[in-house]
Amino acid sequence: MAKKPAIELRTTPHIHAPQDVIMIMRNVVYASLPMAAWAVWQYGLSALMLLLVVVASCMLSERVLNAKQGNTLGDWSAAITGILLFLTLPPGFPLWMGVIAGFSAIGLGKALFGGLGMNVFNPALVGRAFVQAAFPVAITSWTPAFFDGRFTTLIPSTLTAPFMIPPETGEWNMQVAVDAFTGATPLGLQKFDAVSTPVLDLLTGMTAGSAGESAALIILVCGLYLAFRGMLDWRIPVAVMAGTAITAAVFHFIDPVAYPDAMFMLFSGGLMLGAWFMASDMVGSPVTPAGVIIYGLLIGFVTVIIRLFGGLTEGVMYAILLGNAVTPLIDQVTQPRVFGHRKSS
Amino acid sequence: MGIFNLFGAGTFRHGVHPPSHKAATAHQPIRRLPFPDHLVIPLNQHIGKPAKLLVKKGQEVVRGEPLASADGFVSVPIHAPATGRIRDIRLMPSARGEQAMAIILHVYAAATQEVLWRNPVDPGALDPQGMIQAIQDTGMVGLGGAAFPSHVKLSIPEEKSVDTLVVNGCECEPYLSCDHRTMLEHPRELMRGIRYAMQATGVSKAIVGVEENKMDAVKLLREHLHAQSDISVEAVETKYPQGSEKMLIKSLMGREVPAGGIPLDIGVVVNNVGTLAALGKLLPVGEGLTERVVTVTGPGVEKPGNYIIPLGTPIGYVLKQVGYIGGENEFILGGPMMGPSVSDMETPVTKGTSGLLVLNEPEIEQETRRIWPCIKCGRCLNACPMHLNPAYLGLLAAKREYEEMAQTYHLNDCFECGCCSYVCPSNIPLVQHFRIAKAINREQAA
Ligand code: SF4
Ligand code: SF4
Repeated sequence: MAKKPAIELRTTPHIHAPQDVIMIMRNVVYASLPMAAWAVWQYGLSALMLLLVVVASCMLSERVLNAKQGNTLGDWSAAITGILLFLTLPPGFPLWMGVIAGFSAIGLGKALFGGLGMNVFNPALVGRAFVQAAFPVAITSWTPAFFDGRFTTLIPSTLTAPFMIPPETGEWNMQVAVDAFTGATPLGLQKFDAVSTPVLDLLTGMTAGSAGESAALIILVCGLYLAFRGMLDWRIPVAVMAGTAITAAVFHFIDPVAYPDAMFMLFSGGLMLGAWFMASDMVGSPVTPAGVIIYGLLIGFVTVIIRLFGGLTEGVMYAILLGNAVTPLIDQVTQPRVFGHRKSS
Repeated sequence: MGIFNLFGAGTFRHGVHPPSHKAATAHQPIRRLPFPDHLVIPLNQHIGKPAKLLVKKGQEVVRGEPLASADGFVSVPIHAPATGRIRDIRLMPSARGEQAMAIILHVYAAATQEVLWRNPVDPGALDPQGMIQAIQDTGMVGLGGAAFPSHVKLSIPEEKSVDTLVVNGCECEPYLSCDHRTMLEHPRELMRGIRYAMQATGVSKAIVGVEENKMDAVKLLREHLHAQSDISVEAVETKYPQGSEKMLIKSLMGREVPAGGIPLDIGVVVNNVGTLAALGKLLPVGEGLTERVVTVTGPGVEKPGNYIIPLGTPIGYVLKQVGYIGGENEFILGGPMMGPSVSDMETPVTKGTSGLLVLNEPEIEQETRRIWPCIKCGRCLNACPMHLNPAYLGLLAAKREYEEMAQTYHLNDCFECGCCSYVCPSNIPLVQHFRIAKAINREQAA
């Protein structure tokens, strides 16, 4: 019988639950692929190129900027950031801007804080916020989905040379659009023209917007997959949706004409994607059981407030970033009551 | 009970559900292992003061005879597990890591190994004081793994009042099934032991708590209750660490042991089924504890099962008897969640050894997985039965803020159950951090 060296003492527990970081992250990648595929189906070659460029930019940035931690590409988190970031961008977003978006997501959103687990904000949203500020026009240039020849031709803005202003796509939009395309997202229509988009269209993605803004149904299914595998804290998206629905319902009740109903609020814009895939990002969300509920409700509430009263049409992104920012505070004040103690610390 | 039963089996909040791995041993009767040619009998098999040596090197002893006597109240005697000759008395490796004084007993191969030394008592005639003494004389300790002297546990200080005896039949550690088998095979002894414990403590009520995965034991024990209405048998949820005293009391009675306190503070005293069954067997005939049931199992074992093993049997001998498969293995005394891992094959089975678990390569590999930074997933918080914040404690440990851990984040309420490390997807050795932090705090306080 081989005697083992006495120093090789292992610590308890000697068994572990099967899910580790890599397995969770890999499954998040799997769950986000159908959404990416849907976006490519909707917008064709341009979307595919943008996806590849953004993911490559994120992974390259991760490799270079987080080199201190060793090769961290294996944890898949940079790839996830890339895919999610892609889903928040307009499909015709110039590729060179996509590179910057990816770089800023990893650089500002993650590496600056010390890499995986250390970041305060969701890196994909940091990247998105950065390009929103840097390229306000490009980020709101929407193009019609399902245009003819989308798998052979590119959206004109896609191949804009670096540091050049992308061409106007308005006229091109008119040419390729199947129906009359106004270039406005459902939220834009609602806000500026008081036109409500039917919820069914929102669910199935028959609307304009970034890839992740459409097809709430696919997002829901992908999110539920992760929730059922225990890889996503379902309480967060549920709380976000509850916060959104309640706030929207209150306003809708006060003035049904000026304020859209809860269903519209839930299924338009990036709310679904934000709730299921970004707010639920483990690193930026609270760890306490009560904290995740407060965090989710807060995000829902702020989203509706920004949408209704802010200058922007979309509020999910800022609501989640705000939620990320107050997460340490939420954790602090929601410490659970320790067993055998009278009240929480 | 009461309202708890409305919601199914009683339980506590949080905890984890590791795969049980009990099937390999739970359905086979307890068997007896032959005597080895020598035994290693440490003097400190219990918590408290080591026993005081009564024998000399070279002396012949008969099975059952005291080898060492209790040194004070928080101490128990040690009886010879076999007939033979004392070969040596010296420092030997122990399960706890450090070396400990031990008697090396050469076992006579030709001896019949009957118990030849007894000190019978009439349990019916004993007052609580006498019962406590009789229990101490058996050398009984918590056989569930704690190894705390049973008579000390059953002595109720005058200023405390106790109303309930909780009998712990949870056996929540994966792989282990010795308590399960004991309940199935020795229900009479167990019932007797429960009576003795009630007699010693003066409580009027006993509740046996058994995890739901052992309903056969629940049923059998209920049959053995006959008309005794002061003892009840309750099923509790199968969940780790259901068998920890605090959790079991919460599950059965809804009472919470206050922080830093013990069950006595809320009128409860807890004993393990294996302990009480052994007591029920040994006390009336006046025998000392010389052997125990040990679950020997794991993927590295050919003939897993529950074995009666003489105390002091080196684990190397046990493994040879059960068909050790070999290879890259890890040896654990007790269950995989809290049992220490040992490497020296001379390490003996002692009073507190409930299991000998041999894990092999795939299981070990899991342990050496890469450690990632905390991703703040919150799983550890949702697993911790004490409702601590292991994630934050882990971050503080990395920063060496041990005092802050204890003062603000209740480090000392952690009982090292391992749930947090078990669920952590980043493989952070949280329990190990907490153990170190506690040790350093203790040292600084001293
Ligand atoms: S080891 Fe301590 S911190 Fe971890 S789950 Fe158990 S009691 Fe909680
Ligand atoms: S389980 Fe591990 S990774 Fe998750 S919050 Fe706790 S310490 Fe961090």
